[in-house]
Amino acid sequence: MATHSNNQYYVPHGSVYPSIISVGLLSLASGFIFSVATDRSKELAYLQAPGKWMMILGALLILAMVFKWMGSVITENITGKFKGWEDKSFRIGMIVFICSEVAFFAAFFGALFYMRVLSVPDLAGYDTDITPYKDFLASWPSIGPGGNVLGMEYTPPANFHAMSAWGLPAINTALLLTSGATITWAHWGLIKNNRKQLIIGMALTVALGIAFLACQAMEYHEAYTEMGLTLKSGAYGASFFMLTGFHGFHVMLGTIMLIVILIRCMKGHFTPEHHFGFEGVAWYWHFVDVVWLGLFIFVYWL
Amino acid sequence: MSTTTVAHHDDHAEHPTGIMRWLTTTNHKDIGTMYLTFSLIMFFVGGAMILGIRAELFKPGLQLMNPEFFNQLIGVHALIMIFAALMPAATGFANWMIPLQIGAPDMALPRLNNWGFWLLPPSAILLTLPFTLALFGIGDGALATGWTFYPPLSVQGGIGVDFAIFAVHLLGISSVLGSINVIVTVFNMRAPGMTLMKMPMFVWGWLITAFLLIATIPVLAGAVTMLLTDRHFGTHFFDAAGGGDPIMFQHLFWFFGHPEVYILLLPVWGFIPQILETFSRKPMYGYKAQVYSLWAIGALAVVVWAHHFFTAGMPVPALLYFMYSTMAISLPLAVLFFCWIKTMWRGSMSFETPMLFAVGWIILFGIGGLTGLVLADVAADAQYHNSYFVVAHFHYTLFAGGIMGIMAGTYYWLPKMTGHMYSEKLGKLHFWLTAISFNMTFIPQFFLGLAGMPRRIPDYALQFAEFNMISSIAAFTLGLSQLLFVYNIVSCARGGKKATDKVWDGAQGLEWTLPSPPPYHSFTEQPVIK
Repeated sequence: MATHSNNQYYVPHGSVYPSIISVGLLSLASGFIFSVATDRSKELAYLQAPGKWMMILGALLILAMVFKWMGSVITENITGKFKGWEDKSFRIGMIVFICSEVAFFAAFFGALFYMRVLSVPDLAGYDTDITPYKDFLASWPSIGPGGNVLGMEYTPPANFHAMSAWGLPAINTALLLTSGATITWAHWGLIKNNRKQLIIGMALTVALGIAFLACQAMEYHEAYTEMGLTLKSGAYGASFFMLTGFHGFHVMLGTIMLIVILIRCMKGHFTPEHHFGFEGVAWYWHFVDVVWLGLFIFVYWL
Repeated sequence: MSTTTVAHHDDHAEHPTGIMRWLTTTNHKDIGTMYLTFSLIMFFVGGAMILGIRAELFKPGLQLMNPEFFNQLIGVHALIMIFAALMPAATGFANWMIPLQIGAPDMALPRLNNWGFWLLPPSAILLTLPFTLALFGIGDGALATGWTFYPPLSVQGGIGVDFAIFAVHLLGISSVLGSINVIVTVFNMRAPGMTLMKMPMFVWGWLITAFLLIATIPVLAGAVTMLLTDRHFGTHFFDAAGGGDPIMFQHLFWFFGHPEVYILLLPVWGFIPQILETFSRKPMYGYKAQVYSLWAIGALAVVVWAHHFFTAGMPVPALLYFMYSTMAISLPLAVLFFCWIKTMWRGSMSFETPMLFAVGWIILFGIGGLTGLVLADVAADAQYHNSYFVVAHFHYTLFAGGIMGIMAGTYYWLPKMTGHMYSEKLGKLHFWLTAISFNMTFIPQFFLGLAGMPRRIPDYALQFAEFNMISSIAAFTLGLSQLLFVYNIVSCARGGKKATDKVWDGAQGLEWTLPSPPPYHSFTEQPVIK
């Protein structure tokens, strides 16, 4: 009885890459901790330099191993090791992975809603005679600590204002939505076996991704230099930069993956029937797109 | 069923030996063995820490350590026991048994499986390294906040907190990878004819566990990331000076933390009924009711988190909601208890070691569940919160409900995994020593908590002295009895009476159709389930 299109499940040979990646992560994490250890005690300043080297070493190790690991997966794919049954595993796995990413962003959206709806208004309601945060400006967007807080003197930036939705962010929304359309157009090209449409569509998607990242970099630069909007700008600054920052990081990863897929398209790795690599990255890209819509509405607009 | 080979390897003939075999393996049994071994080692590391605590608490006053070190031992004990002992043990069984129970050649994503395990040793290093660094004058030791990382203490703490944050990140990646693998394996690798409602209960338990992990572990990762940026980059997530709120951390943490309890227990609720049916020699009672109850508990698990901090300050409607929803969990749990007992009802029972552990588990876990119901009551919790009553309660659920369950599973499957029978006499001795000394350790703590002794404090008032002394003596007995567990496992792995394929005469399920120990590639021919 054959419930699967093939009857052999491919179990890959042993691989040393995963354990080396773990060593790289250990080096990256402890290097980071050493490099910021001076934040708590000044006498640990001597750890800063070795910490940075550990981070660089760890990152290089991880990059090299990811490169090798993905390389062996691609080789296995080209040599026909993966058929319908394995393909289905990758599909389910990718969906579950994206679900876990959704949960990660949900934590930051949750923090945003909590601070905006609960903690900032609560702080506004306290009796100024008993609160240690007398000069806290309890409005949204919050400007951050102000005046004397528990013995520490804060001076809020004079030129502070919030990021408007209808400048660069609106352009970024258009860029990402268009890229979602171009990648789908490329996918249609792949299914129709129209290589020209596929490659042009993918190249456009990559270009739109890079344009998005460039706009985001401009926006951050403007925020820091002209608007007095930084990570330290209280609840608003923290949630703004952490949400858009993690999203931007995901766009960067997505763009790198799109570039890899573009190269693989040009090498002719994909067939109209068999192209999970392409689809997995496309799903990821749509996920990044949807998260951006949430950001645009809740961080920039409302 | 045509006789087709379903496992296909690049390296049929040979695989590396020695350390390289374990570093590079993609075999589900090798990886399962590594998880279980790691878990056993970390069980003793975490156990040694808590014996330090119990030695300090043997009598009032400060004897052995300063309060900072005491706090560090408390926090790291909990993190190690939860993340490095209990979870890897459950994942080890998942790796070993899910492919065997559903008739699969291996786990669906073998290389990710390998990575999932090899993330654990670096995390264990990150958790314990601060102790060593402190000896060389770097930092002031491990995190001293307890395992819950509550700010503002965790924002002010030394580098131990950073190490714990990154340990949690690596453990989180490992858990997400493990969950992806379980979900894919269950949905894609079942033998022909094994419908979802024919799956063994252990597979169901783990499937729901995996969904809970996917939903909640990333939230924990987000929460500790916010902590990290609050510590080093000037954000104000948990600082009211900038509009944040320390209590928000408690919400984020326990959104993960409460489901975590079920993540630890659901796999055990999976295989305990299988042990009960084996040694009662009759089919499991209420299979469907149990599956639906597991789902109900999994769903309720993510909507009850705030009962962990009733006293932190919340509007009354929120208190009422979290109280009622928490108490609602007892309904599906009562269904499970009923099914477990009914499975044994009028069975021809015998009490080999796994069955002893399983029956003892029902009673002790029952005590843990009922005391949880007391804590769920908002008014009562105002008195019991942060007292030793809570400590005793969650050790009845996590030591009795978790670890003693894992021990039942270990004795149940050990003959299958090693091919040898363990010594029944020593196994029973291990059970009685564990059960008696466990109760002797924690029953006094219920009374200490009711009398008002707070948890996580190295000193206490004189009137608590007798109960603490009893608890400490029993804790050392409990710890030493576990050496017997190691002896049993090691001697069973090295030799002993040959185990038959079926091992237990009431055993049911696909894993008992394979030889003991099973061949390197489990089901090279997928069985067909009628």
